[in-house]
Amino acid sequence: MSQQNEKYEQLKAAIEEHRGEKGALMPILQKAQDIFGYVPKDVQEFIAESIGCTLSEVYGVATFYSQFTLEPHGEYVIGVCLGTACYVKGSQKVLDKISEELKVPVGKTTPDGKFTLNATRCLGACGLAPVMMINGEVYGRLVPEDIPGILAKY
Amino acid sequence: MELVTLTIDGIQVEVPAGTTVLEAAKKAGIRIPTLCYLKDINQIGACRMCVVDTGARALQASCVLPVSPNMVVKTNTPQVREARKVILELLLSNHEKKCLTCTRSQNCELQALCKELGVDDTDMFEGSMNEYEVDDLSPSIVRDNNKCILCRRCVAVCNNVQKIGVIGARDRGFKSTIGPAWNMKLNETACINCGQCINVCPVGALREKDSTDNVWKLLEDKSKHVIVQPAPAVRAALGEEFGMPMGTPCTGKLAAALRRLGFEKVFDTDFGADLTIMEEATELLDRMNNGGVLPMITSCSPGWIKYCETYYPEFIPNLSSCKSPHEMEGAIIKSYYADKMGWDKKDVKVVSVMPCTAKKFEAKRPELSGTGEPDVDEVITTRELARMIKMAGIDFMKLADEDFDDMLGSSTGAAVIFGATGGVMEAALRTAYEVVTGKTLENVNFNAVRGVEGVKEATVKVGDIDVSVAVASSTGCASQLLDSVKSGEKKYHFIEIMGCPGGCVNGGGQPIVSATVRGDCDIRAERAKALYIEDENKPIRKSHENPDVKKLYDEFLGKPNSHKAHELLHTTYVKRPKYQD
Repeated sequence: MSQQNEKYEQLKAAIEEHRGEKGALMPILQKAQDIFGYVPKDVQEFIAESIGCTLSEVYGVATFYSQFTLEPHGEYVIGVCLGTACYVKGSQKVLDKISEELKVPVGKTTPDGKFTLNATRCLGACGLAPVMMINGEVYGRLVPEDIPGILAKY
Repeated sequence: MELVTLTIDGIQVEVPAGTTVLEAAKKAGIRIPTLCYLKDINQIGACRMCVVDTGARALQASCVLPVSPNMVVKTNTPQVREARKVILELLLSNHEKKCLTCTRSQNCELQALCKELGVDDTDMFEGSMNEYEVDDLSPSIVRDNNKCILCRRCVAVCNNVQKIGVIGARDRGFKSTIGPAWNMKLNETACINCGQCINVCPVGALREKDSTDNVWKLLEDKSKHVIVQPAPAVRAALGEEFGMPMGTPCTGKLAAALRRLGFEKVFDTDFGADLTIMEEATELLDRMNNGGVLPMITSCSPGWIKYCETYYPEFIPNLSSCKSPHEMEGAIIKSYYADKMGWDKKDVKVVSVMPCTAKKFEAKRPELSGTGEPDVDEVITTRELARMIKMAGIDFMKLADEDFDDMLGSSTGAAVIFGATGGVMEAALRTAYEVVTGKTLENVNFNAVRGVEGVKEATVKVGDIDVSVAVASSTGCASQLLDSVKSGEKKYHFIEIMGCPGGCVNGGGQPIVSATVRGDCDIRAERAKALYIEDENKPIRKSHENPDVKKLYDEFLGKPNSHKAHELLHTTYVKRPKYQD
């Protein structure tokens, strides 16, 4: 609970920093995303009340930009590249395999909170296509058969 | 004021600087089609229907394009017509085209534009279409995003006019929708049920929760005494549904039509309004004389009441404890009148015809059941009544005028003006003046509280006291007024607040008026005229002189604010959360 309070204190400070500023909602939401790892309803309500706008407005911005998430990330965030090169090299099959192994749809987090599965744009490692990243660690030249072994490491 | 001259379709026009090309064209007698545009409320250039050729690289949206000197505008070129057509085709490609059964058919701005611009090839609209669940859980408002064209007029009115903002745009691109945050249903939000969003929707994406089936069923049930009462504002607008010019009162035809529909008694909420004045004026004088909470604020508008309970709960003690007129009328029908007729109150069903969608919510409030039975059983809007009249094959325009039934159908001029902003205040002042001074009020017109301005103030001499009053309509204006009271900047004895801009005449249940007509006239003022005409023509114009109201007190209630009156005619309020868990 106190950890939660501390997060709200940080958010309050960020809101104060932007007090009276036009277009303050974006930087405040970015800060909230940083602090909480996502922007849940309570946090959105808190922001709306603090800056005097409506929850609809906060939610509208939070769902418009893909950088904001409404659900907490898992401990490990998997990003499978669906950029052109990776896609041509079969990254969709890799993505499907992970989804099947973890029993989680793309964009969602496993019930135990361990993995979040995302499809991403180009990761800039086309030479290694198809590519995925797990919390900053890059895996290249993947085939679906590699997946169980890789996941087992986490 | 700086004037700018420009040429539109070869016609020279001179307009003040800052005018939009759309408005300038109107002055030149050219109507540019619009869809998302709503004068003074939504001017965001989102739908691009109003594009024109100014010689610039691309076509420009004229609703947001200010005029410039010597500008040459073309509104009717093949390129412009084609662009508008494509916009309509794109909208239609993701629009549920169930026009045959849509409540807005023939009264739909999208349909009208398709017809005007000759968009008729329906085979071209194949491909992806979004499908959404219809949100019909609110007691007042149905939201059907399958028909929404994302014009954002509802968002603008909710946010900017009503200052509530429980709906907004969500997500992006093809998946964009309008609705409450977190995909909540409307009934899970702090929506006040005012229905202003319905009134501005160009299509059938928003409509009232239909209760006509329930009313038809009641009318068929011969074991029940089904009694109807229409609100003051209904008579100011119902005629529009049958082609009468806006602002034409149709009281006689309204009473006749209700009788034809089969209601056993056709009473009038105006009687309830006179009764409200008796109770409310007495309550005001009591608060003023005995150190009660001031300013006292009116409680007739259920949209306003829910707004107060949710957004300004600190003003709950200021709310008059009086029920709204139709609830008072319902309670009297089920007590005094049922007893008089020898009816079991359980067999008496009261139907209210209201200009209002929030009344549907109000009627379900558990505290509004003075006799143990709900004061009012069903609420239909002016629009729903029009549909019932049409369905029953009643030729409204040919109906001869009839009167309301005795005795809960008699009323004064003070009651009929309840439907316009300032009306309750004026009616209360007419009575308060005479009660306090014991003298006859010669000029009953209080012009200072009339008119469509959002906030009005006046000081009225009542005997030795200068009574300071204020009137606000729309919850946005109410919030402005309440803030000035809260800060101590303003002090009043009595405040009238109506949830909708202009009061009930412009309520969320009234006939739909297209954006084009809204841009040409002020519907609040036009409809209010009908009520002030009725008031002028009434032989009695003060509530306390209504002979049947007097009789009701003599035979049943005793005095205003008596114990019995409190039991039946007064209510309580609850603080409501802004956010639900």
